[in-house]
Amino acid sequence: MATPLVEMRDMQISFGGIKAVDHVSVDLYPGEVVGLLGHNGAGKSTLIKILSGAYKADGGEILINGEKAVINSPRDARAYNIETIYQTLALADNLDAASNLFLGREIVTPLGFVDDDKMEAETREIMGRLNPNFEKFSAPVSALSGGQRQSVAIARAVYFDARILIMDEPTAALGVHETQMVAELIEQLKAEGIGIFLISHDIQDVFKLCDRVSVMKNGQLVGTERVEDVTEDDVLGMIILGKQPDKNRKTEEPAT
Amino acid sequence: MARGLKSFFRQLQIDTRLLGMVGALVVLWILFDLVTGGRFLTPRNLFNLSVQTASVAVMATGMVFVIVTRHIDLSVGSLLGLLGMIMGTLQLNILPDIVGSGHWSIWIITCLVGIAVGALVGAFQGWLIGYLAIPAFIVTLGGLLVWRGAAWWVTSGQTVAPLDPTFKLLGGGAEGTLGATGSWILAIIAAVVAVVLIFLSRRRKSTHGFAVKPLWAEYVLAGVSVAVILGFAFVMNSYPIPERAAIRMMEARGEVIPEGGPTLVHGIAIPVVILLVIAIAMTVVARRTRFGRYVFATGGNPDAAELSGINTKFLTVKIFALMGALTAVASVIASARLGAVGNDLGTLDELRVIAAAVIGGTALSGGIGTIYGAIIGALIMQSLQSGMAMVGVDAPLQSIVVGVVLVLAVFIDIVYRKRTGG
Ligand SMILES: Nc1ncnc2c1ncn2[C@@H]1O[C@H](COP(=O)(O)OP(=O)(O)OP(=O)(O)O)[C@@H](O)[C@H]1O
Ligand SMILES: [Mg+2]
Repeated sequence: MATPLVEMRDMQISFGGIKAVDHVSVDLYPGEVVGLLGHNGAGKSTLIKILSGAYKADGGEILINGEKAVINSPRDARAYNIETIYQTLALADNLDAASNLFLGREIVTPLGFVDDDKMEAETREIMGRLNPNFEKFSAPVSALSGGQRQSVAIARAVYFDARILIMDEPTAALGVHETQMVAELIEQLKAEGIGIFLISHDIQDVFKLCDRVSVMKNGQLVGTERVEDVTEDDVLGMIILGKQPDKNRKTEEPAT
Repeated sequence: MARGLKSFFRQLQIDTRLLGMVGALVVLWILFDLVTGGRFLTPRNLFNLSVQTASVAVMATGMVFVIVTRHIDLSVGSLLGLLGMIMGTLQLNILPDIVGSGHWSIWIITCLVGIAVGALVGAFQGWLIGYLAIPAFIVTLGGLLVWRGAAWWVTSGQTVAPLDPTFKLLGGGAEGTLGATGSWILAIIAAVVAVVLIFLSRRRKSTHGFAVKPLWAEYVLAGVSVAVILGFAFVMNSYPIPERAAIRMMEARGEVIPEGGPTLVHGIAIPVVILLVIAIAMTVVARRTRFGRYVFATGGNPDAAELSGINTKFLTVKIFALMGALTAVASVIASARLGAVGNDLGTLDELRVIAAAVIGGTALSGGIGTIYGAIIGALIMQSLQSGMAMVGVDAPLQSIVVGVVLVLAVFIDIVYRKRTGG
């Protein structure tokens, strides 16, 4: 197979003695969706925050397109076309949808002033595709519902031509219809060759959308499986008990 | 009736908080005018009020950014004193030896050096806060003591006087004004610009297909703006310069004194012009630049700002550097107005500035605040103080009233925000 889009090798990070991520290796190919599963506090968000530049790893290395990548800040990650939908959404509540969508990457006029009208027009367009019911363009996002806020966070990640997309529970607050639209969005992005890490607690969703799943428990990687090789019960066993699936077939064991 | 008024203001789409503040100011003015038997709302008093407000208002615009990012700056009063001392010594004892005494460039060099030193001191405090993560409260509390002490060292406690005559014009005495013609010209330009901006913004909005307010609302808004601007110039131009000073001024300019005595008037004071320029610049920075956008984003959610790639540490340095530069401008105004720099210049100004920003609707919890609000806040504070002094309220009672008003204003703001969900 071709070189992976992302390879995270032997990542480690601890917070005051707690090993939040403990020698974990995962990878992601272009046009692939990899699901990250695990109980609460397993270390999923922490792992992807290393990739998005929010945390600095204590050890391990990241390769992007086979080359060693240096990611020390969110800005570095954006330079590698890594976009992230954070579990906490990371929105500035006092600003409106457009200001949040373009935060850190504002459209400016030739004189260097922020072009709010243009940004609002762009925001209206992309929100029209993601969540056509969205109307509150001039209100601060604190005035939006949980799902509307999530739509803004998704729009932000999708707008800037990501090549690597990280989605940390992107549909947790979404309604049935909006969740369906995100599923379609994922299919479409996949077809465009974008690689996606999808963190979710909904196993059925994961089976529908993902090509492979990586399961974490207590900061460690339990294993990575192709979805067609395992059953939902196998994956549940990995999540809850941390045990490998019964069938003794070749798995991509991380090199430690 | 009440509902009719409400929908009238809603159609105008003016911030109700702005209306509330202006309303409070007007009520205050009328009250003081009634109690003083018409001495408060005179051109003379309004002129003095405008000059007295300028220094604190200039700093309050910077304090908005500081407070919006969830910081505080307690050092501005002391820094104002230190910068005043430095600028005073520079123009009196140092520059005359270099460029020659009475040279035209003295006031310019003095101001530039003052602003540069102010920005440097501010940047240093911002670095301690942003990069070393020492709370702003502590850093600037230290600054309050350090800079006041440093100000004393500059001249070993001696008052610096008299200041350069051109420099003194920046303080807005009888000569530090635009005069009648200049005031009208400025007012007319300002009025035209205001009207053009109102209609340009309308056109921009409609070309993008966004909703615009009804046309009559734009006319009302434009009409009110023009009336306020021209009215201000008219009032300032109604304050005559006392005869003796006027004769001196006209003789100095080589003009002929007309029969029946001179008819010179003050007009808009130069410190007010400085405040106007800074208010416009700071409003543009807050609303139309990336820097301003990042200030508000960081105040709203520091983590989100960081995750969006904003360098919040360096942003803190820039915010405090700006605060320092504005403190220098305020120091120019304050010292030029007095014509001398004493040891206590700027004492307690930090509290006036913070109060002005907070009364003007800046939220200490971060993310919310406006430049115009802070300026109106400064005007309310100054009106309260001048008014009470005019009525003859004792100084201790003045403090009590100002303190109560500050707490009350913040409480009203909190209630207002809960109701509107803003
Ligand atoms: N900034 C932090 N400081 C200290 N501990 C942290 C920090 N971030 C995460 N942790 C700890 O690291 C562990 C992993 O947390 P993480 O957020 O990665 O879990 P998760 O798998 O995303 O869980 P969830 O499904 O609840 O989102 C937890 O024990 C958490 O308490
Ligand atoms: Mg998580």
